Amino acid sequence: MKPTDLPPHISRQYDKELEDVRERVLLMGGLLESLLDRTIEVLDSGDRELAVQVAESDYQVNAYEVSIDEECTEILARRQPAASDLRLVLAISKTITDLERIGDELEKIGRILIKQIDADTPRSRYVGLRTMAARVRDLLHETLDAFTRMDSHRALELIKEDEKIDEEQDSILRQLITYMMEDPRTITSTLDIILAVRALERIGDHAINICEYVVYLVEGKDIRHITLEQARREIEERG
Amino acid sequence: MSENTARTHAIELGHLARGEPGRREEEQPTVTLKVESLDLWYGEQQALKSISMEIPRQQVTAFIGPSGCGKSTLLRCFNRMNDLVDGVRIEGRVLLDGQNIYDRSVNVADLRRRVGMVFQRPNPFPKTIYENVAYGLRLQGVNDRRTLDKVVERSLKSAALWDEVKDRLHESAMGLSGGQQQRLVIARAIAIEPEVLLLDEPASALDPISTLKIEELVYELKEKYTIVIVTHNMQQAARVSDYTAFMYLGELIEFDRTSTLFTNPRRKQTEDYITGRYG
Repeated sequence: MKPTDLPPHISRQYDKELEDVRERVLLMGGLLESLLDRTIEVLDSGDRELAVQVAESDYQVNAYEVSIDEECTEILARRQPAASDLRLVLAISKTITDLERIGDELEKIGRILIKQIDADTPRSRYVGLRTMAARVRDLLHETLDAFTRMDSHRALELIKEDEKIDEEQDSILRQLITYMMEDPRTITSTLDIILAVRALERIGDHAINICEYVVYLVEGKDIRHITLEQARREIEERG
Repeated sequence: MSENTARTHAIELGHLARGEPGRREEEQPTVTLKVESLDLWYGEQQALKSISMEIPRQQVTAFIGPSGCGKSTLLRCFNRMNDLVDGVRIEGRVLLDGQNIYDRSVNVADLRRRVGMVFQRPNPFPKTIYENVAYGLRLQGVNDRRTLDKVVERSLKSAALWDEVKDRLHESAMGLSGGQQQRLVIARAIAIEPEVLLLDEPASALDPISTLKIEELVYELKEKYTIVIVTHNMQQAARVSDYTAFMYLGELIEFDRTSTLFTNPRRKQTEDYITGRYG
């Protein structure tokens, strides 16, 4: 049974509790989206202050994680949710773990960018990084959108994005390796950029995880660690 | 390694080899009770509408649903308790080990010996604890002291009551607490070794600790008996049962493994009910 279009609970307070916690996940996601936006701005402008903001916003993300986790625990203890309510609470509890890790990766990227700005690395060196950051931002945005609308079909489609991000990562790495071979003096800064690329790729992975939770939440099917084809078949079988 | 352990290992390995690692194997249990297109009317009022289901052997099956959905009526069909109600009309079949219990040739007293029942309110007889448990056997003409002693002890142990009452077996059962009385009634029911145990809201008149004791007992009893339990308490159904049937207005809406029904039910009515929504 899909959680969309269900009538309200007899306990209105319960409805409110679930709605509150869901809303806070979206706020947490929104915060991360805006941090990714700022990261892209830093890549465009070289604004050091903005990079510091990105590097030092992790505590806000962590605070969201802790308080949402508390709310989930309370709902589990007080309400003993079942069926789609249970899946919602579980999906939220997992989602915020991935969101928190996205926050960690952004912090890393922020610190790397501060170093790059201080070292005056030519901006041409991270053109690839910028393209990838934009792609990852779009993925995160759409993931949160699928979560909000409980759209499992969209979530399944987004999972395919993972491959594109991996391909992009590979091509950027090839390019960066060329830089290093041409001019060994760039090795230190290029290695840092590689770490940032890797962090973006991890953010993509976390977004994909969230897409999987959306499918679980809506369809009641755990599609982790199976192929997309298999996932689609199992969902259709259940109808 | 003894022969027995070797065999156990072989079975366990076979079990692993069959299934994917990490996934629980879902074996299909055999069936004790089979209900076939069962309809029941109280006068003009139809209380059960074309119910068909299979109750698996040595598993716990829970019936849930709002008041008046027919869950207790269905339970009472399994040992023909509804026969005692005036104006009741039943169509369809209920097979116990393949035999229709509504067949003319069936001896109802015999049937109720095979299908025991425990009710919401503990109903011990105003006799001693010992005599309560021995009652069924005495009715069957067993009066040998040693046999009775053995059965009383075994039944009270199975009902997890022995330690609490072993020093006062010959005191009145009416002096026991509600939870103890309910376990005594269960001991009385299993003293005559039925195949099926029907529990009609066995814990709804008990405090939470006594309730947990009954639930623990249900879990242990399924080793030997097929158990069907009617409960208003959904968490209780989720805790004790292997299979759950959701009924609504005399119909069987959904019947599935408890783990599936409580995490991902198929029908909207089930979802609304177990999540506490307006249907």
